[in-house]
Amino acid sequence: MAADLWTALFIALLAAFTGYEVIGRVPVLLHTPLMSGSNFIHGIVLVGAIVALGIATTPLEQAIGLVAVIMGAMNVTGGYVVTERILAMFDRSKKKGGGAA
Amino acid sequence: MTNYLPDVVNAVYVVAVLVFILGLKAMSSPETARRGIMFAGIAMLIAVAVTFLSPGLSNFALIALGIFIGGGLGYYWARVVKMTAMPQMVAVFNGMGGGAAAAIAAVELLGSLSGATAALSVAGAVIGSISIAGSVIAFLKLQGWMRSQPIVLPARQPVNFAVLIVGAGFGVGSLVLGHPLYLLPFFVLLLVYGILLTLPIGGADMPVVISLFNALTGIAVALDGFALVNGPLGDAGYAMVIAGTLVGAAGSLLTILMARAMNRSISNVLFGAFGQTQDSGGPIQGTMKPIEPEDAAVMMEYAGQVVIAPGYGMAVAQAQQKVKELADLLEAKGVTVKFAIHPVAGRMPGHMNVLLAEAGINYDKLFDRDEINPELANTDVVLVIGANDVVNPAARRAGSPLQGMPILDVDRAKNVLVIKRGQGRGFAGIENDLFYGDNTRMLYGDAQAVVGKLVQALKKS
Repeated sequence: MAADLWTALFIALLAAFTGYEVIGRVPVLLHTPLMSGSNFIHGIVLVGAIVALGIATTPLEQAIGLVAVIMGAMNVTGGYVVTERILAMFDRSKKKGGGAA
Repeated sequence: MTNYLPDVVNAVYVVAVLVFILGLKAMSSPETARRGIMFAGIAMLIAVAVTFLSPGLSNFALIALGIFIGGGLGYYWARVVKMTAMPQMVAVFNGMGGGAAAAIAAVELLGSLSGATAALSVAGAVIGSISIAGSVIAFLKLQGWMRSQPIVLPARQPVNFAVLIVGAGFGVGSLVLGHPLYLLPFFVLLLVYGILLTLPIGGADMPVVISLFNALTGIAVALDGFALVNGPLGDAGYAMVIAGTLVGAAGSLLTILMARAMNRSISNVLFGAFGQTQDSGGPIQGTMKPIEPEDAAVMMEYAGQVVIAPGYGMAVAQAQQKVKELADLLEAKGVTVKFAIHPVAGRMPGHMNVLLAEAGINYDKLFDRDEINPELANTDVVLVIGANDVVNPAARRAGSPLQGMPILDVDRAKNVLVIKRGQGRGFAGIENDLFYGDNTRMLYGDAQAVVGKLVQALKKS
């Protein structure tokens, strides 16, 4: 196995513990934004999709790469907007006035 | 200049990853969460932008087109969707991520990969495909376009297993024989497996399933990242490995928490076809005793403390706005009002919290199961709105299908009012002992209509 893969494996190991520790004590109140927020963060897949389409040469590769970019872009924008909308409702500074209406 | 470019790109990825971690960290408090997601958003934007600077890329027009289409659709949907449809929206966007991961793996596999990199791509393709197909089924069920009850096909376990094995076999075959044509049945069978896996899972188990697919997409993204780090543009791969693993770990933890909240294992949720059982758990003594809304309103008006326990029924009836009105009226009359939230009430983790927050109820009044349970015995009135299994005392009885599930102990309150659409059973198909209790009174009807009547009655008095 190439050295890069081993490096990536070490990194993944640390990232796994980081993810576990960072999330460990999230209150039930924030379970939805947490899930939606992590949904947004795996939208980083868009970066991979750009690279995949960027180095695609045959029409078939390009077509699949385009699908990847479209889906990745949907993941990242949709994930962000949904999370933002949910968190806006928990925002106290805005809530003080007149409720949700 | 050109020599520095890869370093710039890398530096940006490093910063982006750091901000992602801090952003997730900020998610652990309502005070900081919004700032966290905004910073993560900016970091993501910059990370995507610098990717264009990576040397050796082409097809820029296609990339821009794809981002425009996908980004536009994602933005539009996420903006217009109602808060009540949030669970299926999360499922869709998550599925898109899984699909993107599978498609990236497909492009990689069409190129000439070998050894460990190719194997990792196959693994990313497997998990990504399961995630998108499963998420789509979850979406259809949540949207009501498909029956939300478990759909159980004959010989389900062996058939599913065979589909998975044969599908993965084609993936391995394409590696060994180096023939891209094997990739077609590979992806088709894996998508089928994702569908078959999700069909038997019922609506009430959706919090576990949505969270699980979220974690799976994270893992698929990380696997794709592994495959990329070896390539000519490895830097993007490291960012994907970290972000994907981060989500995979956090999502797995959340999934475990959800399953634990129902005292079931994840494999039981996935393979148990729960909610299909018609086992009533033995005959129940007593009858259900109805009450008029006016009498119920008086009961709450003269209570010291009222605890409201909402469930999926409140979401279906879109009663949260009326519930907020009811709580305000009671508080104006000097009654303490609290909300008891079960972790798996609703269709996604934290579903009830989001709906109540949308209605403008301050989150200080929302209490977790463990916080509120000790108080319930001293509570004068508990109002159950469209919740069933999460308040079923049968969970304490040996032999019940719900046995061991930690519930809201609402039956221990002095009086219990239950708003329920009809006399039927809960999702799990189990009779609810609570409804037959001596201290329980039933309010039949649509949650929004019944809470409306309670509000009217309170306004008159």
